[in-house]
Amino acid sequence: MSEPVSMAEMVTLNIDGVDVSVPKGTLLIRAAEAAGVAIPRFCDHPLLDPAAACRECMVEITDAGNGRGFPKPQPSCATTVAAGMTVKTQKTSSSAADAQAEILELLLINHPLDCPICDKAGECPLQNQALADGRSESRFDGAKRQFPKPVPMSDLILLDRERCVLCTRCTRFAEQIAGDPLLQLVERGAKQQIGIYPEEPFDSYFSGNVVQICPVGALTSSDYRFSARPFDLTSTVTTCENCAAGCQIRVDARHGEVRRRLAGEEGEVNEEWSCDKGRFGFFSARGNDRVTRPLVRRGGELVPTSWPEALAAAARGLKLAEGSVGVLTGGRLTTETAYAYSRFARGVLGTDSIDCRARASSDEETQFLASRVAGRSFEDSVHYADFDAATKVVLVAFEPEDESPNVFLRLRKAVRKNGLVVETVAPYLSRGSAKLGATLVPTRPCDVVAAVSGLSLDGSTVVLVGERLAQIPGGLSAVVAAVDASGAKMAWVPRRVGEIGAIEAGCLPGLLPGGRPLTDEAARLEVSALWKSELVARVGLDAAAQLQAAADGSLKALVTAGVEAGDFPDPQAALAGFDQAFVVALESRLSDVTDHADVVLPVDLLEQTEGSFLDWEHRVRPVKQVVANPRTPMTEIRVLAALSEALGADLGFRTSQGAADALAALPAWQGTTVTLTAVDPAPAPPTGVVLSSWRELIDDSRSLDGADSLLDTARPVVARISPQTLRVEGLATSSYVRLTGPKGSVTLPLHVEPTMADGVIWAPARARDNTLTQLGVCVGRAVTLAAAPGPKKEGEE
Amino acid sequence: MTDTLTPVLTKNWGSDRSWTLDAYRAQGGYDGLRRALTMAPTEVMNEVKDAQLRGRGGAGFPTGLKWSFVPQDNPKPKYLVVNGDESEPGTCKDIPLMMASPHTLVEGVIISSYAINAHHAFIYVRGEVVHPLRRVRQAVREAYAAGLLGQNIQGSGYDLDIIVHAGAGAYICGEETALLNSLEGRRGQPRLRPPFPAVAGLYASPTVINNVESIASVPSILAYGKDWFTSMGTEKSKGFTIYSLSGHVKHPGQYEAPLGITMGSLLDLAGGIRDGHQLKFFTPGGSSTPILTGDDLDTVLDYEGLAAKGTMLGTKAMQIFDETVSVVRTTRRWVEFYKHESCGKCTPCREGTWWLVQLLAKLERGEGEEGDVDKLLSVCDDITGKSFCTLAEGAVACVTSAVKHFRSEFELGYTTPAWEHLPYEHSALFTVSSAPERSEKEVAA
Repeated sequence: MSEPVSMAEMVTLNIDGVDVSVPKGTLLIRAAEAAGVAIPRFCDHPLLDPAAACRECMVEITDAGNGRGFPKPQPSCATTVAAGMTVKTQKTSSSAADAQAEILELLLINHPLDCPICDKAGECPLQNQALADGRSESRFDGAKRQFPKPVPMSDLILLDRERCVLCTRCTRFAEQIAGDPLLQLVERGAKQQIGIYPEEPFDSYFSGNVVQICPVGALTSSDYRFSARPFDLTSTVTTCENCAAGCQIRVDARHGEVRRRLAGEEGEVNEEWSCDKGRFGFFSARGNDRVTRPLVRRGGELVPTSWPEALAAAARGLKLAEGSVGVLTGGRLTTETAYAYSRFARGVLGTDSIDCRARASSDEETQFLASRVAGRSFEDSVHYADFDAATKVVLVAFEPEDESPNVFLRLRKAVRKNGLVVETVAPYLSRGSAKLGATLVPTRPCDVVAAVSGLSLDGSTVVLVGERLAQIPGGLSAVVAAVDASGAKMAWVPRRVGEIGAIEAGCLPGLLPGGRPLTDEAARLEVSALWKSELVARVGLDAAAQLQAAADGSLKALVTAGVEAGDFPDPQAALAGFDQAFVVALESRLSDVTDHADVVLPVDLLEQTEGSFLDWEHRVRPVKQVVANPRTPMTEIRVLAALSEALGADLGFRTSQGAADALAALPAWQGTTVTLTAVDPAPAPPTGVVLSSWRELIDDSRSLDGADSLLDTARPVVARISPQTLRVEGLATSSYVRLTGPKGSVTLPLHVEPTMADGVIWAPARARDNTLTQLGVCVGRAVTLAAAPGPKKEGEE
Repeated sequence: MTDTLTPVLTKNWGSDRSWTLDAYRAQGGYDGLRRALTMAPTEVMNEVKDAQLRGRGGAGFPTGLKWSFVPQDNPKPKYLVVNGDESEPGTCKDIPLMMASPHTLVEGVIISSYAINAHHAFIYVRGEVVHPLRRVRQAVREAYAAGLLGQNIQGSGYDLDIIVHAGAGAYICGEETALLNSLEGRRGQPRLRPPFPAVAGLYASPTVINNVESIASVPSILAYGKDWFTSMGTEKSKGFTIYSLSGHVKHPGQYEAPLGITMGSLLDLAGGIRDGHQLKFFTPGGSSTPILTGDDLDTVLDYEGLAAKGTMLGTKAMQIFDETVSVVRTTRRWVEFYKHESCGKCTPCREGTWWLVQLLAKLERGEGEEGDVDKLLSVCDDITGKSFCTLAEGAVACVTSAVKHFRSEFELGYTTPAWEHLPYEHSALFTVSSAPERSEKEVAA
């Protein structure tokens, strides 16, 4: 590949009689696009290294820029421009046009021509080109190459070898972009085919991209196969809701139901890629647990009722609470909806107890978010492009491949193209970190503060902090100190899509919209003037405190929006809170929270609504309505507005656009901000093995319900331990390990991880059937380990 | 120009245990190395450049000039890679050389590596030829033991290690960049150029890739001097080379002669066509080079002489066929070879050879239709000039040249199976007890 060159170095050449200037190093096929000429191609892809394998993009070069031409046509996908070059494409050269037609003829001789039953038909480059430039009848009357089909490459991806044109886009994607070189060419000549090593299926978090970039119908996904024709689909460009990366996606629906999701093209964010969770994880609302009518609890049972009755019941309970109300908004709301909750809590309910963090959090984190994340504009935030300019990126309590896959892809690109160095403060070198060529700073969770203090940072370094750092007392303080001292850039990357937007909307105790501290009188007055209501000056409770106060009766009511007890570090304590308080749940699906709710108000799905997210870079990412919005359930904002009316107040808006306008009416805050009071690190546990954990991309998330093929590609659930700790703990002969905490035990297969820090055991946080919250212990604390027998096999006693 | 044999590379092939270091030394072996180590590397390079040695692997690129393309200011290591993946149908010169006199090659490798400042050299030998492979490995071992390889060779301060690598049986790995991929443990498919191997070849480092015979010619240049070398051959094709003759000649084998000998003289040296038969057609440089016919006995066998005839010197492998041979059958079998050996990377080669074989088999079976010969040429035209590497060019060259010279024989395929007008048993070189049945499998599509 050519070295990156500055845009200033331009080269002028002539294509089909038109002079064009393009940056030095540009490939001819791209330069032709700049001149308005589309050269047909199959193997070429702008984000992959050139292969020049299909030979479809042949052009005639009558002058290579040195006064001499090439005697033979040249592949424009692998030829870089030169000053003074004269190029003739199929538009002006019969030699180029003939070459392209001849290659097309050869590509079709072994093609099954089964367009009528092919998923790709209608959006197939081979079909389009055969139609536009091919012969109407084949001259080939011999025997075609035949293969059994389809063959699975993984649980998600199937291969039809007869349709394949061997362009190697998929193998190059797997190797160059995803870093999972599990798809390879095997055999040779006409028998050449795409294949896998039988014991290593193409289990990549990014496998679905190969279906999208396949220029024929050779690679299909098990979910979408035979389910629709492209021309029957209605496409909507929107934003993926599965993490905070902000990827653009295209959602295709038929008869009001989403059939597939594709990566959108957003050069500054996800380029043309998406992860499998974003692509295949959209079935969760198809179960029989959808809430479609308002429910109220009568005699211990939730029973369907009318909207007026449900709203009246909710208003009655909330009025009785007299401001002793907590609001838990989860992390998956659009910015507009989060703003509606922020205003509903403070302006209508008169409480500052609002928190979007349905996860482990801390006061230190609340201050960190209020001082370092809230109130930032897009311009003064870290961006994806900063990875390309940085010399080093340091990951602290952050596993991009699991927690923000597109961040991983962009980091990997910067590593591959620009020689970016990645350093990770983690207990072991994860598969994702290994693919980034990252340097591991092997760190027990309880030692993160010391490790962060020891980092070597400077102005060209970017520090990416994960939300998990809130689990380490002093961790965020240490990062802030290190970043402030070195001038390094820092960004906080949450897992959930709505957290940045919720923080901007003020869904944190003590934090008003736009980063305004509640304790600042000017800020309070500004917001109160806009909302036309008095604001309580007392800082409210965060999520954990709300649940605890609810359990002990000091908080009377809770309003929840898309949260589950299992999201919180102590689900049992959360359930105790939901059990005691008067709970109004705004939900689209039944859950362990609605099980304890007194009123359930149904809200529509994200795919039925409009709005926007803020990704981790504070970039506004539009959310578009994909399928028609039924009259019931209503949008969350509409429900909140109705509930406000029932409470005798005015929310001020009833639509997403109304909320957006209201939020935009708030000027940027110029006043004081919350200050972060540095927190000292907690002492390491004196004995025992320390627990480390995070959520893997594909785990028991309820958003993946119904995505069965995707779930089959989840990584094997194992507990990881260093060889040294294995010996010390006497587990050397065991293949399973039992982790025990104060509240319970979990048994997992044992995996020896050579890069693992000693004295640590790592396990996935939310594996199916093995949720670590059962232990009753948080990350950084000690657990006891014991050898355990494996699961009983069938027939065994 | 002379017409007589000039044994240099083949001189010691007949001597007792010619493959051993002792036998090689007794013939003056390693004299060239001794002289080279007294010279500066650039002087050695210039000596080879001035000798006008051209690549013996087919393309005929000047060897010394190729060496000079290695950027000596590049901080990466420089590598010499010797292409011993001799697999072209008809070609049989490197394998006998490695078998009979592996030290000629080893000495050449040391001198050539010295000239380009390489400290690692690789000899990539076709995997199927186990015996020559063992001989080369043994020669390398002997050279190490004798202080001709390793650290501080012969007290010169120059270090060199040689790695002998066996291929895994793919013709494409004779293509230099596919060879590099294979050597690195990757799939044997050609690489995009640029970058050229001289700049970023093996392990992305500057690399020179030379044919076995080219490298084996270097010791004699150093031992006897460039003037001796340029005294042989023609104006632009200097020196001697090994011609390998096979097929319907009385004495097939390797004939070392100056470049520029005529086909007629070479045929005379080999005793002529077998008794009672006449030359019908021959390949001048292996099956990848367009064929010539019995009218071309005056052809001058050097790079220019064959280019003038619209073909190539290639690997100087003359496959010689008399009038009993069906050119349709021969062509079909050649193209089957290329179809089998196509690496599959690019469309024209992968799909085109698949189609050509079917068309040729149809004509051979006498099942062709009016227009099939034109279709055959048209498919050749689909392939020509569009493939990734030159493998497909070779596959097409034998077809187009055969049709050019023997079109009517192909057109006979519209009505008559090839074996009916040219019974295959007539071209057998040995007598068989009964005429072999035509194998169904052999001409199956």
